[in-house]
Amino acid sequence: MSERTVELEVLRYNPETDGEPHFQRYSVTCREEWVVLDALNHIKETVDPTLSYRWSCHMAVCGSCGMMIDGEPKLACKTFLRDYPGVIRVEPLAHFPVERDLVTVIDDFIAKLTRVKPYLIPKEEKPVAAGEYRQTPAQLKRYKQFTLCINCMLCYAACPEYGIIPKFLGPAAISLAHRWNQDSRDGGRAQRQEEIAATEGVWECSFTGACSEVCPEHVDPAAALQQVKIKSTVDWYLAHTMPWLNK
Amino acid sequence: MAEQVTRKPYVREVPRMLWFLRHPRYMRYMAREFSCLFIGAYTLMLVVGLKRLAEGPDAWAGFLAALGSPGAIVFHLFALAFSAYHSITWFRLTPKAMPVQIGDTFVADRVISGAHYAGWALVSLVVLWLAGAF
Amino acid sequence: MATSNKPIVWGPFAAGGTLTAFLTPVLILLTLLAGLGHAPDLLAYDALRAFAAHGIVKLGLVVVIFLSLWSAAHRLRITCYDLGLRADTLVATLVYAVAIAGTVAAAAYLLRLNPV
Ligand code: SF4
Ligand code: FES
Repeated sequence: MSERTVELEVLRYNPETDGEPHFQRYSVTCREEWVVLDALNHIKETVDPTLSYRWSCHMAVCGSCGMMIDGEPKLACKTFLRDYPGVIRVEPLAHFPVERDLVTVIDDFIAKLTRVKPYLIPKEEKPVAAGEYRQTPAQLKRYKQFTLCINCMLCYAACPEYGIIPKFLGPAAISLAHRWNQDSRDGGRAQRQEEIAATEGVWECSFTGACSEVCPEHVDPAAALQQVKIKSTVDWYLAHTMPWLNK
Repeated sequence: MAEQVTRKPYVREVPRMLWFLRHPRYMRYMAREFSCLFIGAYTLMLVVGLKRLAEGPDAWAGFLAALGSPGAIVFHLFALAFSAYHSITWFRLTPKAMPVQIGDTFVADRVISGAHYAGWALVSLVVLWLAGAF
Repeated sequence: MATSNKPIVWGPFAAGGTLTAFLTPVLILLTLLAGLGHAPDLLAYDALRAFAAHGIVKLGLVVVIFLSLWSAAHRLRITCYDLGLRADTLVATLVYAVAIAGTVAAAAYLLRLNPV
């Protein structure tokens, strides 16, 4: 198996001793098929046990290993070292505060995710005995793509509007709200609109499209946000030109 | 006794103005947004043209002559490039904003974009023909 | 949190973005041809005057000018914010005012063109 040495430049920040972050270089002898996460694990096990970062699944499903790799938001477990010829710069996800090294503070995202109620709010409550809420393949297809989100926050690190306007609900939260709004079994759209059709909801999006370019699961959050804008606009014009529709 | 954990999150500021230099995709975005300057300025120029038209044949002849000045030609070339970039990006993103689902499948993005590009070409040809440019 | 009134300004922006994507490049081409000395027939004074005197054409021109100016104004507002000019209310008032003033001026000029 072929081996080679790669240089990693990793952002370090220790809140107990550091005023600000700095970069630390590591040389790692790595195997051809290694991803960035393998290199970090190797460093932690053999060189520097103080290095902090998040990971869990090593297979692009848990969404915890997001970081900036050469300035691009990436999953460290899905990013092959062999695709990077020079020194690889590894930083915590952009736009989030740095807790320690590559670990970020994600409370903001979690709070926003909670606000959009990303779960089924049944259109009609029925007892368990009445059976399941049925759905046709076409009804499933309507929202399927938006279920693929793994909450990795790469889209937040890519979105310039989130960087400029931290109150912006952001791509993943709005896409997940849209996912449930598009679900034929769901009746919670009016509640979610209170958040996503608010000024700090979808209206801070300028359709940069960066979120969709970096999303590792091809959720295409930018598409969800445009659809939410159009639907919210139709809602608004209907409500204001045909008031008798308002209940 | 529990160990004291120090929390002092470090916030990295986003540059106020030149953040878009950080990545080519942000520069492409800015180029797209800058198309508004050319489309806006060009439309205001059309308003001036209407004014000249309303003022009579001499004023209109002056307007046409002004279109031939080097500055106007350069402006037109930039405006043409930026407005075409606006059209390309707009139609490329149209299928995202307005997906078409038929039964269990979505119509492919490139089909929707392609139909818009074709429509754009058709509209352009019809306008050129109506205006007697051929 | 309440739903926003942004759709008022976003609706015409989206409509104008679509319209300008279809129409603006070819309009620019027409006046560019004129500038290069190959003015299309329609840009001759008598032809254009007769054309623009139709009620339907007047209405169409006003709609095109309004939507084009509005979508450009809205985009400019966002670009200003992106580039660090964060006085959004002031910027919005200014750019939308220019769009409306341009439209009103165009309508006024068109009203002076009576059918011959
Ligand atoms: S939308 Fe994509 S990039 Fe954003 S959190 Fe979900 S999976 Fe990650
Ligand atoms: S470790 Fe789970 S997504 Fe990378």
